[in-house]
Parts: sequence; structure tokens; C-alpha cells
Amino acid sequence: MGETERMLATIAFYVLAAVAIVSAFAVIAARNPVHSVLFLILTFFSAAGLFVLLGAEFLAMLLVVVYVGAVAVLFLFVVMMLDVDFVELRQGFLQYLPAGIVVAAALLFELGLVASASMGANGAPIALAPNAPGEVTNAEAIGRVLYTDYLLLFQMAGLVLLVAMIGAIVLTLRHRPGVKRQDIAAQVGRTRAQGVELKDIRPGQGLG
Amino acid sequence: MEIGLSHYLFVAAALFTIGVFGIFVNRKNVIIILMSIELVLLSVNINLVAFSAYLRNLEGQIFAMIVLTVAAAEAAVGLAILVTYFRNRGGIAVEDINQMRG
Repeated sequence: MGETERMLATIAFYVLAAVAIVSAFAVIAARNPVHSVLFLILTFFSAAGLFVLLGAEFLAMLLVVVYVGAVAVLFLFVVMMLDVDFVELRQGFLQYLPAGIVVAAALLFELGLVASASMGANGAPIALAPNAPGEVTNAEAIGRVLYTDYLLLFQMAGLVLLVAMIGAIVLTLRHRPGVKRQDIAAQVGRTRAQGVELKDIRPGQGLG
Repeated sequence: MEIGLSHYLFVAAALFTIGVFGIFVNRKNVIIILMSIELVLLSVNINLVAFSAYLRNLEGQIFAMIVLTVAAAEAAVGLAILVTYFRNRGGIAVEDINQMRG
């Protein structure tokens, strides 16, 4: 990696990290929940950029597809579908602010302590080695591990998604009265006597 | 300055803190709480991928994929519960959800 590329990677990291943190704060501070969802999308986009910088391209694309394409749209859909007075829901914001700030400060202090402990001995951060040329791509490397060593985990992840899908359908399913539906048992159990009636009509009189 | 592991850990720590803070201050709005949980899970993912890149070991990225799956499932089920609750009660205020309290 050349000096210019390293410089560009550094600039990209700081820009993406700043955008991610600022938009994450906007998610919880925005007055309009629709804006919150849009800032959430921006946060995930920036995080995907950070993943690319880390050399995890496959996971970055997965993040964009799954979060921006599915989860965020789901949030947007629910926010717009529910007719809720969101101003009323923000009433307790100032009430819980002191406790929130105390907990957040303590958490940030502890996590910062751990993160700074991971710095090198002389205070310099540990450099991430760039991908060596001739190495397999990130997606291929993940595929080689995921479908061999972690096959069971992969299948269980699929099962989790299946259960979540069935759960979501069952939770939101409702039977409205007065909707015409196919009743297969009634169709199959129908006899000739129920369906056909024979009338004896004399010639020349019609169906009067 | 070279970007190292600790830089990513700081970003993840900030995102985690913002997520927890969001749960605290938006006590009434379930949708924002769900989004805060997504932020927390995202910060965990950043940590996992940063360590995976630092240790040159792909297992962290596999773990991140599993976390992603669980987060998506959680969002889907959470929003389904929210829609059902809104349908039954006509509102989504968290403080009213105490009917199952024993």
C-alpha cells in the first residue's frame, strides 16, 4: 500500500466514522421517526464503508442489502403505516435525560478504557496489514469457511429466519368477517342432491 | 497516522453508547427503541469485523453474519408485535404495556 493510498484510507476512515456517529445520534434525537429511519440508513451505509476499509467486502454488501434493502424499509413501512402522535411519545425525553447521560458517560468511559488498552505499547495504534496479492477474495474465503466448518451454524441461521418469518405472519394475520374464501372441505363434501334439482316441465308451458 | 484496531473499537464504543442512550431517553417510543437496538448490534458487528481483520481470522466475520441474521429476525418479529399491539390498543406507548404484569 503506497503512501497516498494509506492517506486516502485514513481520510476515508475519519469521514465514515464521523458520519456514522453523527447520524447515529440523529437517529435517537430526531423529532420525526421517518427522519430517524433515514439516519439509520445513513449509519448503516457508513458502517458498510468501514467494513470495506477493513477488507470485509462481502459483509459490507450484505449490510447494505439486508439493512438498507430490507430492515430499514420495514421500519419505514411500519412508521408510515401506524397513525401515531409521535410528539406525545417524546414527552419523557427530558425526564430520562439525566439518568441516560450518567449511564452513557460510564459506558463510554469503560469502553474507551478498553479500546485505548488495545493501542500498541508506545501509544501507536496497531496497523492492519493490507491484503496480500494472490490471496483469495473475501467472499470466496468466507464461502470456504461458512459451508464447511460452520455449516450447522449456517443452517441454524436459516432456521432462525424461517421461525421469524412464520412468527411475523402469525402475529399479523387476522380473519376479517365477511371475506369470501375457498372452503375446500365444503367443496369436496358437496353431493349431487345438494347441487342438482330436477324439475318436470310440461311441453309448451316454459318455466313459469 | 495509521488507522489501527483501537480506532475501530472507539467508533464501535461510541455507537454502542449512543444505542444505549437512545433506549434510555426514548422510553415511550418503541420504534426508536428498536432502532437503538439495531445500533447496538451494529456496533457489535463493527467490533467483530475489526478483530477479524486484525487477527487475520475469518471467524469474526462469520459471527458478524449470524448477528446480522438475528438482528433482522428480531426487527421483523418486533415490528410484527408492534403492529398487532397498535391494532388492538390504538397506540404504541410503552408505558401502557403492563397488562401481562403478574
